[in-house]
Amino acid sequence: MHSVTPFIVLSSILFTIGAVGVLTRRNAIVVFMCIELMLNASNLALVAFAKQHGNLDGQIAAFFVMVVAAAEVVVGLAIIMTIFRTRRSASVDDASLLKY
Amino acid sequence: MTAFYILSPIMVLAALGILFVRKAVHAALLLAVVMMSLAILYAALDAPFLFAVQIIVYTGAILMLFLFVVMLVGVDASDSVIETIRGQRLFAVIGGLVLGVTLVVGLGQISLGTVVGLDEANDHGNIEGLANILFSKYVFAFEVTSALLITAAVGAMVLAHRERLSPKPTQAALAAQRVTAYAESGQHLGPLPPPGVFARHNAVDTPALLPDGSTAAASVSRVLAARGTVRSAPRDVDEVQRAIDFHPDGTPVSETSPDGRSVAPTRGPGSSSGPDLSPDQGGS
Amino acid sequence: MMFTLADVPVVDPTTADGVFSLAWVVIALPLAGAAILLIGGAIAPRQFASFGHLLGCLLPIGSFVISLAMFIALLGRDDDDRQLSQHLYSWIDTGTSGQGLHVGMDLLYDPLSALFLLLITGVGSLIHIYSIGYMEHDARRVRFFGYLNLFVASMLMLVLSENYLGLFLGWEGVGLASYLLIGFWQHKHSAAYAAKKAFVINRVGDMGMSTAIMLAFVTWGSTSFTVISANADGASQKAMTAMGLLLLLGACGKSAQVPLQAWLLDAMEGPTPVSALIHAATMVTAGVYLITRSNFIFERAPDAQTAVVIVATVTLLWGAIIGCAKDDIKKGLAGSTMSQIGYMMLGAGLGVAGYAFAIFHLLNHGFFKANMFLGAGSVMHGMDDDVDMRHYGALRKAMPVTFLTFAMGYLAIIGFPGFSGFWSKDKIIEVAVDQNWVVGICAILGAGITGFYMTRMMLMTFFGDKRWEKDVHPHESPLVMTVPLIVLAALSVLGGVMLIGGWIEDFLAPVTGFAEESHPPIPAWAVSVIVVLVVAAGFAIAYYFFGRQEVPRTAPQDVSFVTRAARQDVYGDAINDELVVKPGRALTHGLAAFDTAVVDGTFSGGAVAVGGVGVLTRRLQNGFVRSYALSLLGGVLLVVLALLAVNLA
Repeated sequence: MHSVTPFIVLSSILFTIGAVGVLTRRNAIVVFMCIELMLNASNLALVAFAKQHGNLDGQIAAFFVMVVAAAEVVVGLAIIMTIFRTRRSASVDDASLLKY
Repeated sequence: MTAFYILSPIMVLAALGILFVRKAVHAALLLAVVMMSLAILYAALDAPFLFAVQIIVYTGAILMLFLFVVMLVGVDASDSVIETIRGQRLFAVIGGLVLGVTLVVGLGQISLGTVVGLDEANDHGNIEGLANILFSKYVFAFEVTSALLITAAVGAMVLAHRERLSPKPTQAALAAQRVTAYAESGQHLGPLPPPGVFARHNAVDTPALLPDGSTAAASVSRVLAARGTVRSAPRDVDEVQRAIDFHPDGTPVSETSPDGRSVAPTRGPGSSSGPDLSPDQGGS
Repeated sequence: MMFTLADVPVVDPTTADGVFSLAWVVIALPLAGAAILLIGGAIAPRQFASFGHLLGCLLPIGSFVISLAMFIALLGRDDDDRQLSQHLYSWIDTGTSGQGLHVGMDLLYDPLSALFLLLITGVGSLIHIYSIGYMEHDARRVRFFGYLNLFVASMLMLVLSENYLGLFLGWEGVGLASYLLIGFWQHKHSAAYAAKKAFVINRVGDMGMSTAIMLAFVTWGSTSFTVISANADGASQKAMTAMGLLLLLGACGKSAQVPLQAWLLDAMEGPTPVSALIHAATMVTAGVYLITRSNFIFERAPDAQTAVVIVATVTLLWGAIIGCAKDDIKKGLAGSTMSQIGYMMLGAGLGVAGYAFAIFHLLNHGFFKANMFLGAGSVMHGMDDDVDMRHYGALRKAMPVTFLTFAMGYLAIIGFPGFSGFWSKDKIIEVAVDQNWVVGICAILGAGITGFYMTRMMLMTFFGDKRWEKDVHPHESPLVMTVPLIVLAALSVLGGVMLIGGWIEDFLAPVTGFAEESHPPIPAWAVSVIVVLVVAAGFAIAYYFFGRQEVPRTAPQDVSFVTRAARQDVYGDAINDELVVKPGRALTHGLAAFDTAVVDGTFSGGAVAVGGVGVLTRRLQNGFVRSYALSLLGGVLLVVLALLAVNLA
């Protein structure tokens, strides 16, 4: 392997796709998936950089990202559940009362 | 790099698919594809521990959680991919494109130098190497993470828990409620009509037909109706009768009913003749 | 000028000892009286009602006794050792020594202050005693005496202070007391209005006064008479002229000189003892005191002196003309007061030659005008507070003491030979004729008019037929009121003794300087004869109109232009309205409109603009989390581009 640049590029592409997904999808669950996609994309970059620099700190960081993502998903999905229970909808657009 | 060149197009396509599929379940499956591929890439990047964790934690736990929630929440109008905020999609796509192009071009310009590689760091095994760092240099962050996980677990329980504000209705109360509904709005007292009666397919996703030939909406689950997976019932009784009495090739099944009426229902393995029937042969 | 600057002595006091160290007590006694009467009278009105007026009289009398003792002690000292100062405490002490503002609470006791002290405490005490009778039936008599004591204390502060700031303290104090006493019967709208008018017009004068003090501080770094008189030569001519004009403005306000004369006539709304003490004998002469005290400035500012003379001449005629047409006895006397103060100002404006005679006339005027005001009060007391002279007539038999004392004052003011007014007014006219014949002629004319209007007042009040209402029963006032009248009448007659052997000139010389012997174009005796003749002419005209003919009970309306003008105070109020009030009102309206349109417009316009921007930009807060995320993406884009720009540039 000569370079990790392809991994980084792939990572940025996935990140961008995830970002666009967050912006365009209305279903809160799918939005959450897109966020996970972005997190995974950054993990890929971290692992690639770990290889580039020859130490394991990047992998540790990716590990922590996974842990935090797990916690975040648990809480986030619980919130989506609660919102769905009260509003009968999982659309992020429906929760738009906090405005002018 | 072989794995990379094989997997990267798959990953990008799957990721793009998340943007376009209508149903959350499909999005979750496409995400699973991306994550599994990522796991393989981790392995290719000398990170076997993360390879395992990615599959176990992400694909195994987190995605399952997603699927659970999809199941609980069910289908919804928010599955629609029609944009409601004016200009949102246009600007999102433009912004995403600019960001992606900028990142790709920008990163492509940067020369990262020679790859050091993890051979030395993984000298005693990747997991040992990680453990050495995790329990020395990052031990504090590690412990804090445990606190975070406990907090998240408690938080999820608090959020998902629903306090019962009124006592659970008893059977007598439910019966009284039904009778009251009948008295006030004439709602049918008895059980809901079962699906599949007079249908060519005795299945829960096929609505029953009423004597006049119209479908009984109450005979199929509301969830199925919302999900749009309800089969259409035949338009009229005659067509059903014909399907019962005659074979697909036109020969009558029984000679005892010259007027085309069967005295006993025949459960025949006749193939479908309606345009809206699925190719399966019907259950039971 | 025919004087050299060396004629103006420098204020150079020695430290007071012996009886002179009691100078502060002179002020402190009435001040304590004011505090006790005003505070105690508010806390325990019933107890104070029984002895408050006695306390209010005793304290000024105590001041008078001390003043008299000090005066006698002063007479016992050498001519050049008659300036004494007493340092009470440091009033204002800022900055290091030599720099910054240092004002001591210093008292200066010299011949000028001595005479004023005697006048204020003497006449003041008499008027206090008189007030016991005059205010007997007033429920708020204790408060009245409290105010009177406050006035006396402030006036004493004014004449005893060694610097302009202390003088200003007293100056404002008498202004306050004047305001409170004019409006003492505040339930009358006219009284409340008059008090406000006096206060406002006095503020104009006080502005000049305070500006003069600031100018003094800028020029000399001090407001002390000692410092300024010693270093007066060091100041520029412009500063001197400005100082003189500003002091004149202050004097005009306090002494009711043209153009700030309009308040004095309305001030007669106050109780008559107030009119006698404040608006005749003492406070309104503070302007004359100020100019005489500031002689070291005016002698170096001939332009300012000229202005003083012009103001004085205009005022003495103005007041005299007003006095001719007023049917209100107090307003007639008020016009006369204006006119007489005009004479004093004229004397003070004429420089070293006139200062002593200005003070001389001031003292005499204090006696005879207080006498006449109190006499008028006595008449009003007997006539159920009617002030219209057309309702009087033939009162000489009903109230003989009042008549006789009033007559003494009358003869004094018109300058009947031998009476006090004759000597003092004559001297001023002499000096005026000597220096400028136009001013001299005006002064002589004024004397003639004085003769006319005073005779008119005398005839209408005490002679002729009785014109009073049926249910009015004129009677002589009680002893407590007539005794002060008799004392003042005696002083009115005998005031002239001060001139014997030129005593008053010599006595005041350490303050006002020595006048050189002048050689007037007309001998002094000739001037006296002319004045007496002119006054006699005025008397004759008045007798022709009011002595021989019946006086109508209501004022006739088909009168000449001059009479109409005089009844309107020579259009003083109209002039003020046109020149000050209306433009001021227009300016205020303009400023209010400007404030509403431009200032408020700017601020509320700014608010509207901000609000408009808010209305526009709040659309961004649409509640859609995806929109916010889009903004976030924009931010990310900017950061990434910035990073790339920095790293790849």
